[in-house]
Amino acid sequence: MRRLLAALATTTCLIAVADAATVYPLDRATILAGSPFDFKVEFDAVVKPADVSVTINGEPAEKVLGKAPEFIEKEKGVEASAVLLRAVNIATPGSYKVEAKAGNETKAVTWNVYGTPATAKAKNVIFFLGDGLSVAHRTGARLMSKGMTEGKANGRLNLDDIPPVAFIGTSATNSVATDSANTMSAYMTGHKTAVNAIGVYADRTKDSLDDPRVENIAEALRRTTGKSIGIVSNTEIEDATPAAVVSHTRLRADKADIVGMMFEVKPDVILGGGSAYFLPKTTPGSKRKDEKDYIALFRDQGYTLATDKAELASAAGTNTGKILGLFNTGNMDTTLDRDFLKKGTVSKFPNQPGLVDMTKVALGQLSKNPEGFFLMVEGGNVDKMSHPMDWDRALVETIEFDKAIGLAVEFAKTHPDTLIVVTGDHTHGVSIIGTVDDNKPGPEMREKVGVYADAGFPNYTDENGDGYPDRVDVSRRLAVFSSNFPDYYETFRPKMNGPFEPAVQNEKKEYVANEAYKDVPGAVLRIGNLPRSSDTAVHAVDDVVLQATGPGADGFKGYMEQSDVYRVLVDALAIPTAKK
Amino acid sequence: MIMTVSRRGALRGAAYGALGAALGLPGIVLAVRPALAASALDFDELYGKISVLGLTFSDKVKALAGKPVAMRGYMAPPLKAEADFFVLTEIPMSICPFCSSDSDWPDNIVVVRLAKAQTFEQANALIEVAGTLEVGSWTDPATGFVSLLRIVDARFHAA
Repeated sequence: MRRLLAALATTTCLIAVADAATVYPLDRATILAGSPFDFKVEFDAVVKPADVSVTINGEPAEKVLGKAPEFIEKEKGVEASAVLLRAVNIATPGSYKVEAKAGNETKAVTWNVYGTPATAKAKNVIFFLGDGLSVAHRTGARLMSKGMTEGKANGRLNLDDIPPVAFIGTSATNSVATDSANTMSAYMTGHKTAVNAIGVYADRTKDSLDDPRVENIAEALRRTTGKSIGIVSNTEIEDATPAAVVSHTRLRADKADIVGMMFEVKPDVILGGGSAYFLPKTTPGSKRKDEKDYIALFRDQGYTLATDKAELASAAGTNTGKILGLFNTGNMDTTLDRDFLKKGTVSKFPNQPGLVDMTKVALGQLSKNPEGFFLMVEGGNVDKMSHPMDWDRALVETIEFDKAIGLAVEFAKTHPDTLIVVTGDHTHGVSIIGTVDDNKPGPEMREKVGVYADAGFPNYTDENGDGYPDRVDVSRRLAVFSSNFPDYYETFRPKMNGPFEPAVQNEKKEYVANEAYKDVPGAVLRIGNLPRSSDTAVHAVDDVVLQATGPGADGFKGYMEQSDVYRVLVDALAIPTAKK
Repeated sequence: MIMTVSRRGALRGAAYGALGAALGLPGIVLAVRPALAASALDFDELYGKISVLGLTFSDKVKALAGKPVAMRGYMAPPLKAEADFFVLTEIPMSICPFCSSDSDWPDNIVVVRLAKAQTFEQANALIEVAGTLEVGSWTDPATGFVSLLRIVDARFHAA
């Protein structure tokens, strides 16, 4: 024991001296051969250029990377030096040990540079990202949509026939807990990063747009192939998940900049919400702080514009091959609000398409390219409704997400060279524990929660066979709860008047229960188990279940880091080191 | 299953109801309007045409530009408890766009610039703001905050 303690003390001491500098990409980074990345070393103190040495596999970095790094004596706002080299690449796969030294400071990291096979397994990849998609969402969608008799499901979701192939770890470089920016960024670049960051490693300078960049899948496809690219989401199209396909920023909130980066990449099909960031600031409804009119800019590039369901249908026949569809100034409304309750912003934007409509048009357009395509479809409202614990909306969203997956499964029947991936970017602490039965005795709602044998089966109906429950406010409905919550009023009922907003902020910046729900019959105040700074339920750290089918799906197995998923995608597509 | 009451109406109604109950005067609060020369302006009346490609101000807003108005809504928590600048929202803000990078203001906010600094009102409490309506895009030089509608030289009280 004494020897162990002594050893620990020595190790700790060594770390304190040896780990002073930070190297980006971080230790154990996996890098696609030929893909551009920014190389940066942050020293802890101001150092002299003559004292700095950076080697890769024992050779000067300049020799391996082809350019001499820039020495920055004092970074902006930081009393310390750095070495920076933008857009370098390593063409030869292998292990690369990077050693940075300056006086007493030293840091060594190892990168794994990987290549891809000579021959592609798949021509197309359709990547379905259910934001926050957890196991309970899948279970709940199945029970709501298909029903259950004597313990057996009365039908199957489309995703029920896509094999679960891997558990995915979602943690960020700076935290075990995570958000949609860094998680989707890991999927789309092969590099993990920090919470709120997209397409960059998070450096120490304040500027959110100067962080060391890594290549994303859209850029890789543009660089090396003639494949088409499509992005579909029912959130703002510049929100974190769709943004991660195309952009680079330390802060996902840089939405105006993200639209600009999307314009640089010019995905062939862009469908979603969030038009406010495309409008010049003088246009009422704009959220930009400049005069750039991205609607006009995209149109000038030959994009057909669609602003509602009907325009989307006519845009489907466009000859330009490029569609920009924006259907809400903010996030698009949920399926439950759009098609059933007419709440949320449906009165303002009454003809929004759904994820199914958008996926259908995207597939039709992208599949015209004989070289193939990459399509990302985000069911973003699964997460948007899971945060406020609006489970009915989240589950109906999951049903629509599943219907969009059904289109891809059908497409793959006639296009077997298509890899379909269905996954979440992180999970929620959500579980289905039984039913809530209004006909159980007593005034207290908790006594109407049926558990074990008392739960029975929910009584949703689907008379018209559209796959959606005819109504969510049935007398015996799923009992769904979150493991974590701010102070809120639990009503045990669907929120028929619009999405749930459990908590509001007080003058001390603390979130308190939203009293708008206080007088709902049976509502009870639940004192939160989260810090009072949390506005809604938070993401869970639990693994994500990834499902995949089609050529290349065999690359997914066991436990994988989120960043490992990228390698399977580029492997299936055999993205080359450079354009062939 | 289809409800006729709008959600915002319902929430507002709930808030009015709660306030009425707190005052021991259930049901009468809705009818009370201040005795001001100001014209009452409702969140539902701000915009005429709403489209993905932008909003247009309503005729009422255009007519009231530069004139005294009174609006009811909720005070989004400002950066400081004592502030002369805050955002008025139709429903209580469940997220703080100033505080988190993952949140965004609703479309129909109104910026309030107070005649003198006042202390933050509880987020659950309905307030009434009176002042002069300013219409058109304006960028706050201190914060870069872009607003379309402002009530300036304003004061507020619990509604």
